Amino acid sequence: MVATMHGARTEEIGSLWRFQADFGKALFERSPDGGAPPELAELTRQPAFAVYRNTVMKGCVDALQANYPSVARLVGDEWFRAAAALYARANPPMQPMLVQYGEDFEQFLAAFEPANALPYLPGVARLDRFWTEAHIARDEASVDPRSLAALDSATLLHQSLRPHASARWCWFDTHPIFTIWQRNRAPGLFDESEIDWHAEGALVVRPHDEVRWLELDAAGHAFIVTCAQGGTLGDAVSAARAIDANADHAALVRLLLEAGVFARPSMLCSASEEPLS
Amino acid sequence: MRTIPSAGVGLKPEHYAPALAAPADGLWFEVHPENYMVAGGPRLAWLEAIRATHPICLHGVGLSLAADAQPDSAHLARLVELTVRFQPALISEHLAWSAWDGAYYPDLLPFPRTGEALARIVDNVGRMQDALGQRIAIENPAHYLRIETHAWDEIDFLTEIARRSGCGLLLDVNNVFVGARNLDYSAEAFIDAIPGELVMEIHLAGHTTDANLGAALLIDSHDAPVAPEVWALYARLLARIGPRPTLIERDGNLPDFATLLAERARAEALLREPLRAAA
Repeated sequence: MVATMHGARTEEIGSLWRFQADFGKALFERSPDGGAPPELAELTRQPAFAVYRNTVMKGCVDALQANYPSVARLVGDEWFRAAAALYARANPPMQPMLVQYGEDFEQFLAAFEPANALPYLPGVARLDRFWTEAHIARDEASVDPRSLAALDSATLLHQSLRPHASARWCWFDTHPIFTIWQRNRAPGLFDESEIDWHAEGALVVRPHDEVRWLELDAAGHAFIVTCAQGGTLGDAVSAARAIDANADHAALVRLLLEAGVFARPSMLCSASEEPLS
Repeated sequence: MRTIPSAGVGLKPEHYAPALAAPADGLWFEVHPENYMVAGGPRLAWLEAIRATHPICLHGVGLSLAADAQPDSAHLARLVELTVRFQPALISEHLAWSAWDGAYYPDLLPFPRTGEALARIVDNVGRMQDALGQRIAIENPAHYLRIETHAWDEIDFLTEIARRSGCGLLLDVNNVFVGARNLDYSAEAFIDAIPGELVMEIHLAGHTTDANLGAALLIDSHDAPVAPEVWALYARLLARIGPRPTLIERDGNLPDFATLLAERARAEALLREPLRAAA
């Protein structure tokens, strides 16, 4: 008999192959020996088989809880672990670096009926994911604000600054998801007053060891999107002003630079596109 | 590592700061490489800083050597990268499988010890050693299930893998104790029969009883201090084979760093005992 599950595999299926295929399936079976072939049923009938089932499930759920702490805090342990177990059954990890596990947990929550009453939950999951991605992103130096301070305004607006390798940002149209997220990501650090229901944006970045985050308004979001698309700071200011004619672009640039949001360019450019010496 | 094998502890992110500050006297650390297979960030920075003063061992959980498949080449390449960067004193993996058909099961899963499994594992260990350019150690698993289709005795199986592939063994004494209790064989006889010249490292860890079955099923949980019976087996092993680098493994119910170092000091004292006797 030839295996069909691995496209490239042409060798004979041996008993080890069969054993592992059946064992893997049985790990996620709900009934004690539901569907297990006779040889494996010898094992799944033993109470100790539950050790493997429990360890595998606990490993998946613990990893999701570690990767999505704000979601877990919002819904509570019991709800989170039940939802995570459903996710894990449908989407077991695909590689052993569990810090990356749960890539599409946001999409799972968005389609998860019991979460319908919490429409902000998928967005909170997205920001937890941004945090993880920033945490493990490649290291990179941020642009030093002082290196820009000497430039005249025309030269400054001509610079193209690329967002830092760890930077992630998004815009939430309907809910103040950034505010909800940061209160649950770092409980006790932010005020707990009633939340004004408004749209807002978020940016997460790790310029050094620690992940930082900041709120973006619509103009700020347009600004960073333009920079990421390769636009100059002048283009980014125009994009921000198109959203909000009164946007304080100087304050915005200062905020982003101080947060380390931009990668250090190999060189700065003059207004005539010549490298500055 | 020093000429006299010393004791180390498993390194957890919660202990990065005290681990970095700890005196270097023979203290070494072991990590799961899977937790450091990231592009950048503080994990790698901490490990680099600690590595500057202490030896590091890499103890893999993800290569799935006992799966009926070759080790994932991308995963192996990441392990090579970490090896080049951190120059580990020893690299080890488990005699178990965890990856199958595109899924990764976060556990160390069992298999029947057959000739077919032996051939596959020898081939996989060879591939791992070839990629890393060094000898590795494979760890004996904890046993929970009675598998009637085993064709090989466990010690013979481990010895044959080592003979054919050239690898060594990482002897987990707690796994021996847990397996012996669960499957009703003699842990002492196992400890007495393991070929000492193959043992490159020893693991000591705590276990718990199963939530439902109690003492009838012991779990290799790494969330408790090393049990007195396991210390006794360890002393028995050292008396026969001599000192080997020994790790205190702790993953759950993590105590403070000083408590782990106190457990490590107990292993250190046992490691030095034959030297004292000879002096």
